This record gives sequence, C-alpha cells and structure tokens, in this order.
Amino acid sequence: MMHRKKRSDGKNQSLETIVAGNGDMGFVREVAKRSGTDLSACFHCRCCAGGCPFIEAMDYAPHGVIRLAQLGMRDEVLQSATIWTCVGCHTCSIACPMAVDMAAVMDALRQIAIESDAAIAEPDVLDFHREVLRSIERYGRTHKLEIMMRYKVKTRDWFTDMDVGLRMLAKRKLDLMPSRVRNTKDLKRMFRENAEGGTP
Amino acid sequence: MSRSKRIPLSYFPGCSMATTAKENNRSLIEFCERIGYDMIEVQDWNCCGSSSAHSVDAELAEDLATRNLTLAPEGRPLLAACPNCMLRLRGAQRHLAEDPEAQKRCEARWGRPVDPDLKLIHFFDLLAGADMKGLNKTSPGLKGMKFVPYYGCMLARPPAMRHEPNHHGLIEKILSDLGAEPRRWGYGARCCGTFLSVVRPDVVGAMVDAIFRNAAAAGADCLVTACAMCHMNLEVRSTLQNRISVLHFSEALALATGKGEDRDWFSRHLVDPRPMLRSARLIA
Repeated sequence: MMHRKKRSDGKNQSLETIVAGNGDMGFVREVAKRSGTDLSACFHCRCCAGGCPFIEAMDYAPHGVIRLAQLGMRDEVLQSATIWTCVGCHTCSIACPMAVDMAAVMDALRQIAIESDAAIAEPDVLDFHREVLRSIERYGRTHKLEIMMRYKVKTRDWFTDMDVGLRMLAKRKLDLMPSRVRNTKDLKRMFRENAEGGTP
Repeated sequence: MSRSKRIPLSYFPGCSMATTAKENNRSLIEFCERIGYDMIEVQDWNCCGSSSAHSVDAELAEDLATRNLTLAPEGRPLLAACPNCMLRLRGAQRHLAEDPEAQKRCEARWGRPVDPDLKLIHFFDLLAGADMKGLNKTSPGLKGMKFVPYYGCMLARPPAMRHEPNHHGLIEKILSDLGAEPRRWGYGARCCGTFLSVVRPDVVGAMVDAIFRNAAAAGADCLVTACAMCHMNLEVRSTLQNRISVLHFSEALALATGKGEDRDWFSRHLVDPRPMLRSARLIA
C-alpha cells in the first residue's frame, strides 16, 4: 500500500494496493543507466523531502518518485508533476546520506517522458524550457524579453507579470535586442543534428 | 598592484550577467581588475543551457558546455561567476576527462580540442585566496553595512562534486574583513526558484517574501547575493511593500575597494539600494 499526497490540481487520489511484480522492472534500470545513479541506494529516509524547497508544489515527494521507479510504475513516474517542478537545486543531494544524485534522476525522467510521449503534468514548465532552447538556437544566448513574450503567447496568459515586465523594462533589466553569438552556424548545425538524433 | 604581477584570466560572463544583471558584470570586472587580474572575455561564448537544456536534452546540454570549453585559449584559467554556468562547465569538463567517447564527440562537433589542463575558477575560488584585510587598510571598506549572505543553491552540488572545495561562509568572511557586519539567519541557502519564478510565480513569491521577512528580522539592511539569477528572482518576485535592498556580492566588493561614489549599477535595481548606502555613508 502506498500513501499519496494530494495532487497539485487538488484531486485526492485514492489509496490503492500496488502489486509488486506487476511493474515494468526494466524501467528502473533505464533510469539508473541514464542518470548514472543507483536508485536502489535510496532507503527512503526522506531527507530529500525534508529539505526540498518546492515540495508543496509537487504531487510526489522526491523519494516517492524513486519508490515508484523501484516498483516499476513507469506511467505514474513519467506523468508526475514532481519531475517538472524539481529545479535541480541539489539541496536534496547534500542532505542525502546515500549520495543519490536526485537532480540527475529528475533530468533522466524528464527526458524519458519527452521521448516516450508521456502526458506532461506541468506543460507550462516544458513550454518554458523549449522557449529558452529556441532562443539559444536563434542567438546562441538567451534573449529574456523574447522568451517571456513567446511563453506568454504559448500559455495564452497575457496579464500575469505585465507589471513585473514593465518594471524590468523601466530599470533596463530587459534588453530589447539580444546579446548574441556572432557565428551561430555551428550552433544551428548542432541543434539540427541533435534533433535528428544523430551524433556529429 | 604593479603591472608586472597582473594575472590574465579568460572570463565567461553568461547570459544573466551579460544582460539582466549588467551591474553584476561591471562591478565584478571592476573589482577583479582592481585586485590584479586582467579579465579577457571568451570570444563568442554561448549560453550554458541554463536550467533548461539539461532538463530536456542531455546531449544538447553537454554540447553547449563543451563549445565554451573549446573556446577558452590554452594556458589561461577560465573564470565564471554564475554558479549554474560553472556547474555546467565543470560537469562537462569532468565528463570529457572520464569518457573518451565524450571527447571524440566534442572534437567532431566543434572541430577544436579542449585544453585538457584548462583550469576552471569560480569567482569564489579566486576570493578564497585573496587578502581582504590587507586590502581593507587602503580602501574605504563597508563599515556600517549590516547584511545577510544569500547563497541560494550555490553551496549545494551533485554528489560527484562533493569533494571539491566548498565556500560556505565566504561572503560573511570577506565582507566582515572589509568592515561590514553579517547577521545570522536561516535562509541563506534557500533556492531562489530559478525558472519556477516564471511558471509558478505564486509559489516563488511566497518563498521570496519569507526570505525578505527573515532577513529584515535578522536586523539586516540588505541581502548580498552570489548569483545574478537569485538577485533577479528576489527583486522581481517579492510582493512586500517595504523591503530591504539586494546587493550583488560583486557590487559590495567593488564599493568597498573603490571610491564611495554612486555608480550607474544601483539605478538598475528594482529596490534602489542608494538610500541604504547613503545612510550607512558608503556613497555620497
């Protein structure tokens, strides 16, 4: 039996019995290989959960995600909000007595979620990441004003942060023109080749 | 310091310092030049990938970091002040040293090798060996400034880097050597929220407000930040009407060791630190 936290959308999930052995046992190996982290080292002391500054915005605690992976519950892991809410600040890693690299695990899980077309629990986070990468592809550097504008278009949320944006413009914190790499040819080729899944 | 003893450094500013936090960049360069380093910006450097590249694409994240490493000229240490940029550069450098495949990929990708002996220096590494008490004798110092240090996630790191030097307490040590007064508090290592500041302003706003309230309760006149991203999130996300100002560590250092004049940096802050600096008689 596994207790679950209230989801970020407010829905309570019922407690249900998890039959060990029904899970996808190859999944934990896949995550371990990608992250370079031995997930079986985690004995659920919850130090990561205690230190995590964003646990309130997660559906599962960080160690809960590892537990799900240990049980082979691939869909629950890949569809969790936690993997997108984690910002990779490593606060959990310095608290972990077993030196589990939680940020690497979360990176691996996000990447698997994208590649396997899992339902993304926090699509705004992914939209934001994609806008940042688009900016790097275009200029070689991040152009914050454009990232914010495009993110607003994408999420159709025009009014949140309008005041913040104006204050930042007034204080010259948002440049109208991007700071850019002069020769972006090699970067553009890299983005193209990576998208095609090829090695250089 | 005499001209002959000056040490040249390759400098990687990163996107935040090159754009939103120009005041951080300018004060850092001013300070480093003053203590004897020549700062030579890496030609055509690119974004380290921020929090986004490694979140969604491991190979892309590595490529972005290795491109920068290949651009650093041989034989000159590479300095970065942004904790995240540094983490990405160090992670890629470690991977290149451990994995011959990664090295092959890097060379094929960029057509240039990475100097295997390239020394990566974070701004804090540079300060850890600096003699601030000596410097304080010849500079105006920061007497009268009460501050709390804000490291954000800078002191946290992945387990693979746990044996590398950690600079816990460095901001307090350096600034008190320069005459400022650190106040004790419990929020110095709270993560600023990075991109959640954009996606979940509600979550980050509440956290940032708690940080400001605790800084003020500790008796500080200002927070001193180690990272440009932290500085922006603290300034932008707080919903409090009355809050203390936030100085970049580099601004405090440049102010302490230079002339006590108003720089154009301070007008770029969302909370103007000049009234606080004037009442502490740190600027005219």
